Amino acid sequence: MKLNKIILFISLTISLIVAAILCLTFGASKIGLYDTVYTLLHPGSENIFQSIIWQIRFPRIIFAIIVGAGLAATGCIFQGLLRNPLADPYTLGTSGGAAFGVTLCVVTGLLKSGILYMPIFAFLGAFVSILLVYEIASMKRFSISTLILGGVVLNFLFSSFVLFIFSIMQTENVHSTILWLMGDLSSARIELIKIISSVVILGIILLSLFSRELDILTLGEEKATYLGMDTENVRKIFFIIASIIVGACVSVSGIIGFVGLLIPHLMRKITGPVHAVLIPASALAGAIFLTICDTLARTIIAPIELPVGVITGIFGSLVFLSFLIKSKKWEIF
Amino acid sequence: MGNILEIKNLVCGYVEKEIIKQVSFSAKEGEFLGIIGPNGSGKTTLLRSITGLLKYWEGEVLYNGRNISKIPLREFAQNVAVLPQILNINFSFTVQQLVLMGRYPYLKKFQSISKKDLDIAKNSMSLTDISHLTERRVGELSGGEWQRVLIAQALTQEPKLLLLDEPTTHLDITHQIETLDLIKKLNKEKNLTIIVVLHDLNMASEYCEKIIMLENGEIYREGTPEEVLTYKNIEEVYKTIVVVIENPVSKKPHVVLIPGKEGTNEKRTHTNLHG
Repeated sequence: MKLNKIILFISLTISLIVAAILCLTFGASKIGLYDTVYTLLHPGSENIFQSIIWQIRFPRIIFAIIVGAGLAATGCIFQGLLRNPLADPYTLGTSGGAAFGVTLCVVTGLLKSGILYMPIFAFLGAFVSILLVYEIASMKRFSISTLILGGVVLNFLFSSFVLFIFSIMQTENVHSTILWLMGDLSSARIELIKIISSVVILGIILLSLFSRELDILTLGEEKATYLGMDTENVRKIFFIIASIIVGACVSVSGIIGFVGLLIPHLMRKITGPVHAVLIPASALAGAIFLTICDTLARTIIAPIELPVGVITGIFGSLVFLSFLIKSKKWEIF
Repeated sequence: MGNILEIKNLVCGYVEKEIIKQVSFSAKEGEFLGIIGPNGSGKTTLLRSITGLLKYWEGEVLYNGRNISKIPLREFAQNVAVLPQILNINFSFTVQQLVLMGRYPYLKKFQSISKKDLDIAKNSMSLTDISHLTERRVGELSGGEWQRVLIAQALTQEPKLLLLDEPTTHLDITHQIETLDLIKKLNKEKNLTIIVVLHDLNMASEYCEKIIMLENGEIYREGTPEEVLTYKNIEEVYKTIVVVIENPVSKKPHVVLIPGKEGTNEKRTHTNLHG
């Protein structure tokens, strides 16, 4: 690896740690930097910040890091697989599917019978929608336009189901479901932190290991085959791993927009398109981005908490817009 | 010299439509072979079935006597390189990164690029005269440079056989000549067997030793440029009036187009032009 790549990774990692620690200090009660670091370094000590830091803020920030990394990494994967720099993890109908799953969970009353039902339903909804789109596309010799259009249509279909259910649902449930749809880390279950973190981190490592295959796939199915790649199997592996990661993220955070689109896009300008560098770099940048956004969401109009999806949405689209206007020739690639 | 590629009674197509009907031909080692024919005559389909991308329905494709369906993809890619007609890349790889992708069939899982791989890639870049573009990104290349990058990538596969689908489309005449000169050079210097689909009959005439003329998925004529590129064959297959003269420099057949005049009787024009 070249020196500038190593510097990039070191500075991203340091930024992530610094951002995470700084974000730990913010919240309803402000905790000084010294106290925060002290509490972090002495987990057993008895001080008043112990429970706020370790039980409330720390898990929340870990979720932000994991979800941010997961969404940004899968954004790279879907952009590569679809050969389209404007794809995101939700392109294949994931968001609609997950929303439908969650709404079903709420409407059937399962939500009240166990806290794990909601993430499970979200995961299944997301996963099933990707499988459906994949199946539809494979009937059409796997054309990319079928994949993208299939995703769009399925998203519409599922969203319409959701709206249908909303319109006949009791209002109290509608509010919490809408919050979830906007992307919200406040309801993430601490019980899930270990499993979600391991799934996402393991997934990102696997994706990075197969990154050469993804580089070749961006040349298109035809050329990849001519270079000796079994494109069907490779594609399947990527889709399955990426779908599991997206499903895992969605299950704890709802639909957080723009991270998976914007971060890989920005990072590609810095690292270039080679996925061995792009995937881990995007994962780190995504983690930083979502950690900051989520802290803003917690604190900006405290004591009211915003869904983080609102912040990423506003922030992301403004950055994208300035991109669009500033660049002399619009190089989305 | 033996046949590097042999195609016997090939039948293939898409879903239900049969496109290639009973095609047989062979390519000798070191040969420069051209495939011509009107739009829809099955040139690209033929190429895709030779490369195994499209499963053929009947017949056989033999590479050095081995049925290509029995050759693993990676091994095939170490022997045969293919330049598809359209190759769009939406990601800005550098020239060197792209050329190095030609080593993919040689790399085991998780094996990284070695000094030897890099040397081979560098050698391909100097052969195709793009060494000065190493760090240039895809979007910053002209059409001619892009074509040379793709050829360099193919060369990095160290193939014995190179298949190209209309490599000169979208290029101006300078770059058309430049590209075909390069392919000819590789053919001569590296004894690389070339099978190229060409649109331009005169390019086919100048560069190919043997030409296969397709019509509706069948071979209409096969032979030297002189044998295939006669006005009769061209008018029959392309349904266009032409005159074939001799290129004063290369002495190869040169096809001259005659623009149609409204109300002109085809038969009469025919006699007028060819006596």
